[in-house]
Amino acid sequence: MLQGNQTWVFKSKPVIIGSSAIGGPFEAQGNLAEDFDILHSDIWLGQDSYEQAEQKILEEACETAIKKAGLQKEDIQFFLSGDLINQIMPSSFTARNLAIPYLGIYGACSSSMEGISLASLMIDSGFAQRALVGTSSHNAACEKQYRYPTEYGAQKPPTAQWTVTGAGAAVVAKEGQGPRIVASTVGRVIDMGLSDPFNMGAAMAPAAVDTIEAHFRDLNLTPAYYDLIATGDLGRVGHRIAADLLAQHGLAIPKEKLTDCGILMYKENQPVFAGGSGCACIATTTFGHFLNRMQKGELQRILVIATGALLSPMSYQQKETIPCIAYAVSIEM
Amino acid sequence: MEKFMLAFIIGGFICVIGQLLMDGLKLTPAHTMVTLVVSGAILGGLGLYDDLIAFAGAGASVPISNFGNQLVKGALQEAEKTGIVGVLTGIFKITSAGISAAIIFGFLASILCKPKG
Repeated sequence: MLQGNQTWVFKSKPVIIGSSAIGGPFEAQGNLAEDFDILHSDIWLGQDSYEQAEQKILEEACETAIKKAGLQKEDIQFFLSGDLINQIMPSSFTARNLAIPYLGIYGACSSSMEGISLASLMIDSGFAQRALVGTSSHNAACEKQYRYPTEYGAQKPPTAQWTVTGAGAAVVAKEGQGPRIVASTVGRVIDMGLSDPFNMGAAMAPAAVDTIEAHFRDLNLTPAYYDLIATGDLGRVGHRIAADLLAQHGLAIPKEKLTDCGILMYKENQPVFAGGSGCACIATTTFGHFLNRMQKGELQRILVIATGALLSPMSYQQKETIPCIAYAVSIEM
Repeated sequence: MEKFMLAFIIGGFICVIGQLLMDGLKLTPAHTMVTLVVSGAILGGLGLYDDLIAFAGAGASVPISNFGNQLVKGALQEAEKTGIVGVLTGIFKITSAGISAAIIFGFLASILCKPKG
C-alpha cells in the first residue's frame, strides 16, 4: 500500500526466512568475519576470471540462503538479482544455473534493497509466495569495470573506497519465522554534479539523505523509532556528509544510531581508504551481521538504506556527472 | 654528492608535477603520463632537455619526460641522415630498447605471475 509520496507499506509483512553472506579474503580479516557463512581465501575461487569467481560467490550465496530457509530451489518462485558487471552478468548467469524464473535488476550498489523491495511487493500483493533476492560484487572485477585493473597500479586518493568481494542472498516469504519487511521507500535519482569515481561516498550521500527524509516524512516517524539506521556504502567521507546534511535538514540522528556498512565492514588498520563499497557491502552486512543481531534480540527495528552510484564506464569517459539513488527498507523482528 | 642531490631534486620535481596533475587537475594516470611525454618532446625539440640532463643527470633522464625527448631526438637525427622519411623510421630508434624491454618483461611477468587483485 502506498503511503505518502514514495513509500510502500507491506501489510502482510513478508518474512526473511533465510539469508546468507559470502565473503572473500579481505572480508575474512574484517570486523564482521563471524557473520559470514562462507569466507574464501582466494579471490579467484579456482575460476578463470574474476567475473566467473563473482558468479560462483553469488551461486553459493543463493544456495546457502535457500538451504538455511529449509527449502529446495524448486520451492522458490522468483529470483531477483543485480550486480555491477556489464549487463549484470553474474546475476543472469547464476539465474541460468538456478533455473528459477528470473527478474534481473540494476541499482548498482543499491540492488540488494531494490530487490528486497520488489520481492516484498510481489509477496505482499500475492504474486508470489517465496522469492529469492541476491546480489554480488567482486573487488578486482569491479575495479576493472569502473576504474583501473588493480595490476595497472594506478594511485588512489584517500576518498576512494574498497569494493567488497562477496555476495548476499535472502529468501523472502509470505509465511515463516524471521525478521519481517515492513516498509520500503523508493528513492529518487539525485545528481549533485560530482563526477569523481574515487569519491562515490560524497556523490551518494545526498541521495541517501533524500530517501531517509522521504521515509520519515511518508511514514510520519522519527529516528527514535529505529534501533539502527544504516546506510549502504557511503564510507567515512560520505557518512560524515550524510550526517551533516541530515542535521542541517532538521533530522538529527544520534551518532550511535546512524552507521554505514562501508565503515562497519573493515577494521581500522585495513588499507581500504574511506571504507567498503559495492553491492555486497550492504548485502552481506544486512543479510549476515544485522539479521544475526536481530535473531539474537540485540536489535528490534532497523532501517537500511542501500545507496547506488548509477554511473557507467561510458558516462565516466564522456565526463558525465554521477547520478545516485537510495532505497530504504525497514526490517522489524 | 652534489650530483646525487641534483638528480634527486630535479627528478623529484618532475614527479611532483605529475602528482599535481593527478591530484590538482584530476588528470587520469594515462593523461598525466602523456602530458609529461609531450612536455619532454617539446623541450627536446627546442633543444632544452639535453641541457636539463647535463644539469641533473639521472634526475632528468629516468623520468618518462625523457622518453618524449628521445622520441624527438631519434626522429630528428634520422631525418638529417635520410630526409623526411627519417622522421617515421627514426622515432623509435633510440627508444626501442625501452619499448622492447617493457613488452618483453611485461610478457615474462604475465607468464610467471597471476594478479592478486
